[in-house]
Amino acid sequence: MTMKQWLLPSLFASTCLFSIAAGASPIERYSPVTADRLKNPEPGNWMLYRRTYDGQGYSPLSQINTSNVKDLVPVWTFSTGVVEGHQSPPVVNNGVMFVTTPQGQIIALNAKTGDEYWRYKRQLPDDLFQLHPTNRGVGLWQDKLYLATTDDHVVALDAKTGKVLWDTKVQDYKKGQYLTLMPLVVDGKVIVGGSGGEFGIRGYVVAFDADTGKELWRTFTIPGPGEPGHETWSGDDWKSGGAPAWMTGNYDVETRTIYWGTGNAAPWPGETHPGDNLYATSVLALDPDSGKIKSYFQYHQNDSWDWDEVDAPMLVDLQRDGRTIKSLIHPGRNAIFWVLERKPEGIKYVAGWPFVYTDVWKGIEPSGKPIVDPAHKPGIGKRVEFCPSLWGGKDWPSAAYSQNTRLVYVPANENFCGGFTGEKLPLVPGQLWLGTKPEDIGLKVRPGATHFGELQAWDPATGKKVWSHNFPKSHLFGSVTVTAGDLVLVGGTNDRMFRAFHAKTGELLWEQKTNSGITGMPVAYEVDGTQYIAVQSGWGVDAQRIQDALATQNNVGIENNVPQGGVVWVFAVKK
Amino acid sequence: MRFVAIGSDKPSGVENSKAALTKFVRRLFLAEFNLSVCQIIAHPPSLHGISAESETKMSSPSDQTRRTIILTALATAVHVSAPRSAAAEEDAPGSDLRPQKADVLVFAEGDHAGEVIKPQDLAAGGPAVRAWPKDPKTSVVRKGSRLNEVVVVKLDPAELDDSTRPRSADGIVAYSAICSHAGCPITAWGKAAQGEKDVLKCVCHNSEFDPRQSAQVVFGPAPRRLAALPLAVADGSLTVAGTFVGKAGAQQGG
Repeated sequence: MTMKQWLLPSLFASTCLFSIAAGASPIERYSPVTADRLKNPEPGNWMLYRRTYDGQGYSPLSQINTSNVKDLVPVWTFSTGVVEGHQSPPVVNNGVMFVTTPQGQIIALNAKTGDEYWRYKRQLPDDLFQLHPTNRGVGLWQDKLYLATTDDHVVALDAKTGKVLWDTKVQDYKKGQYLTLMPLVVDGKVIVGGSGGEFGIRGYVVAFDADTGKELWRTFTIPGPGEPGHETWSGDDWKSGGAPAWMTGNYDVETRTIYWGTGNAAPWPGETHPGDNLYATSVLALDPDSGKIKSYFQYHQNDSWDWDEVDAPMLVDLQRDGRTIKSLIHPGRNAIFWVLERKPEGIKYVAGWPFVYTDVWKGIEPSGKPIVDPAHKPGIGKRVEFCPSLWGGKDWPSAAYSQNTRLVYVPANENFCGGFTGEKLPLVPGQLWLGTKPEDIGLKVRPGATHFGELQAWDPATGKKVWSHNFPKSHLFGSVTVTAGDLVLVGGTNDRMFRAFHAKTGELLWEQKTNSGITGMPVAYEVDGTQYIAVQSGWGVDAQRIQDALATQNNVGIENNVPQGGVVWVFAVKK
Repeated sequence: MRFVAIGSDKPSGVENSKAALTKFVRRLFLAEFNLSVCQIIAHPPSLHGISAESETKMSSPSDQTRRTIILTALATAVHVSAPRSAAAEEDAPGSDLRPQKADVLVFAEGDHAGEVIKPQDLAAGGPAVRAWPKDPKTSVVRKGSRLNEVVVVKLDPAELDDSTRPRSADGIVAYSAICSHAGCPITAWGKAAQGEKDVLKCVCHNSEFDPRQSAQVVFGPAPRRLAALPLAVADGSLTVAGTFVGKAGAQQGG
C-alpha cells in the first residue's frame, strides 16, 4: 500500500487513481509522440495497435529472419500478476515498453532489460460485471498514455511517471457499457468505441481531447430518428440494437478518414430486430474532426449470429484487375474474405469469398450483399444450427498483410458450427440480453474434421489461398504479425506455443512453449541496434470459452487444461 | 429509463423522495469533499465526458458525477409525486446493505418477482432461483447493489456436506449470485461439465460451483467458492440466518 492509498475515499475510488511505483524510477528520456511519428513510425517502434495507421500489422524489421529465427531465445520475461485474456500488443516507443493487462493495469518497462519503470493498477468497482475481462493496449500522444477501462472510463496518464492526468467517464458500467480496446489517437484526439453488444446498448464511437479529456464528438453506430439509416430499424429497436464498436479503428492519412468496425445487432436473433439494422456488422468511414459518417459498408444485414465485424479493415494498395485499388481488406467473422475499395464517393464492394466452410451464405449480390440461407438463420422458438460458429471464421484477433509477400495472413477457425434457440426476452439494463439462453449456445465440430485452427495465407489480388498450416487439436485464437524478415508470428493455440512461420511457404521455422496460451498480439521492435520480438502469453476469455466447449461438448480428445496467468515474453537471436 | 416493479407495501413516493433528497444532499457534500481529496492526488474527473444519453438515464448516484447528482436531486425535489424511479428505489435506506439476519428472500425475476419465497415454492433438486434479500420491517428490497443478489436451491439434505448442512434449512441453500471470477451473475442450473450432478453455473466463463459442498469450484476459472448465505425457516418463510460467509463479488487483479 502506498502512502496515498489511505486517503482514498470509497465513494470516488473508481475515479481517483494513481500509479503504484514499486521501487521503480520514472522514465527520464521519453520521446514525445507526434502526429508525424504516428503517420510514419520509425521501423524499430510499435506505437499503434497494428503498428501503422493502415492496420497491416507489418514490421519492416528484418534482422530476425527466416535464416536465423531458429536461434531465437527468450531474453527476458515479466509476470503481470493477473489471470484472464492478455490481448494487447507490447507497445514500444524508443526503448520504452507499455504493456496492458486485464483489470486495467499498465506496466511501463525498459524494453531492452525488462526492468520496471512504473505500474498503474486501476481500482475497479466491486460490483463490476466483466463479461470480457481484458484490455488491448494504451494509445500514445506526446508524453501521455490513454487507457480504456472495463468500468467504462478513459484515463490519461503521464507516460514518464504513470500519474493520472485526467479520468473521463464515458457511460455507465452498471448498464453494461464497457471498454476493452486500445484508443486510436489521431491528431490530438483520443477515440474509443464502446462494448456491450450482449447488454442491449446502442453502440457509439467517441473522441476526447487528448490534453483535457473533454468530449469532442460522439457518433452513434445506430442512427436516431431523422438520421439516414434509421429506417432500417423498426419501432424502438434502435435504442437497444447493439452495434458495439469495441476494436480500434484504422486511419487513412491521405483522405483523413477513420475506418471503424461495428459489432452484432442485439439481441442475437434477427427476428427480434427486423430490418437491415444499419450500422451493425459494418465498417464506418468517419471524419476524425467531427465524427460524421462519410460512408459505410455493411458486411451482412439483420445480423442473427453474433458476428461482430469490429476488427477494422486493413488499408492496402492492391494490384488487382490490372489497376491499383485503394482497398480495404477484412477477413470477416461471417466467414467471407472481403475486398472493398475506398472511393471518393464511398466504400464499394470489389470481391468476396468464403475463407472457411459456411452454410449460411448462398452467394454475394453484385452490390456486396451476401445472400442468406434462411435454414441457417437463427429465429424465435426454433433451434437453428449454422457454420461457422458464433466465433466466426475469424473473430477479433487481427490478420496481417506483408508488403514483401503481398499476402494476407489470417488466424482462421475451420470446422466449427454453432446453434441456439432464439427467444424474446425483456431487456434488464446491466444484465445479459442475448435473445437466447446462454447455456443453450453450442459449439459443434463438423463430422470428419481433421483440424480446427488454420493459419491461412491469401493472395488478395487473385483470391487464391497460397498456403495454410492446420492445427489438428486446437483452435487458433491470437493476432498475427508479419515482418520484413518474412516471419509470420502467432500464438493462439491451446498447446501454449508461440510460433514463427515462413511467410512465403508456411513452413514452421521455430516454436517456443510458454507459460500459458497466447491470445495477445506479437510485435517486433528494435533497441540499440538489436531486434526483439515480444508477445504476452495469458489465456482467457473467448479462447478459453472455445476450449471449454471443445472439452465438454465435443468428444475430440481435448482437455480443459490451459493454465492462466500473464507473462510478457521478449525474444532475440542468440549471439 | 426503466421503472422497476414495486410492491404496495413500500413507503409513499413523497416520503421516499424527501428521504432521497436528504441523502442526495448529504452525498453532494461527500462528493465535494472527495473531489477535494482527489485534487491532491490527481486532477478531478472531467465533467464534460458524460453524454446526454447517460444524463437522462438515472442510475445509482454513487458513481455519478457531481453534476448528475445535482440534476437528480433537483428532479426529485420538483417531482415529488412522480412514480419512484429505479434509482430512488435503489437508494432506499438499507437497499445496498448486504443480506442481514432475519431478512426474507424474494424472487428476483419471473412471474413472481418481488414475492417472498416460501420453502414449498422451491422444487427439490432444483432449478436454482435468483433472489433478493428483503428487510421485513421496512419492506426494503436490498437491490441497491448487485452484490446482494443470491441464488437459492433446494437439495436433498443427505447430499449436503458437513459445512453446508448447518447453513441450510429443509435442504435449501443460498449463495451469492456473483461469480468469484469476473463478477458475472450465476444464472444457470444444469449438469456439471465433469460428472452427472446438477451444479450452479456462470455462463460468462463457464465456472461451476457445487452447492452441496459450500459452492466449491468444480469447473472453470473461478478462484474460490461463492459466498454462502445461512438460512432458516421461520413462520413458514425462508429467512436469512446470518451474514455472508465469505466475500461476495469477484476477485480483483493486480
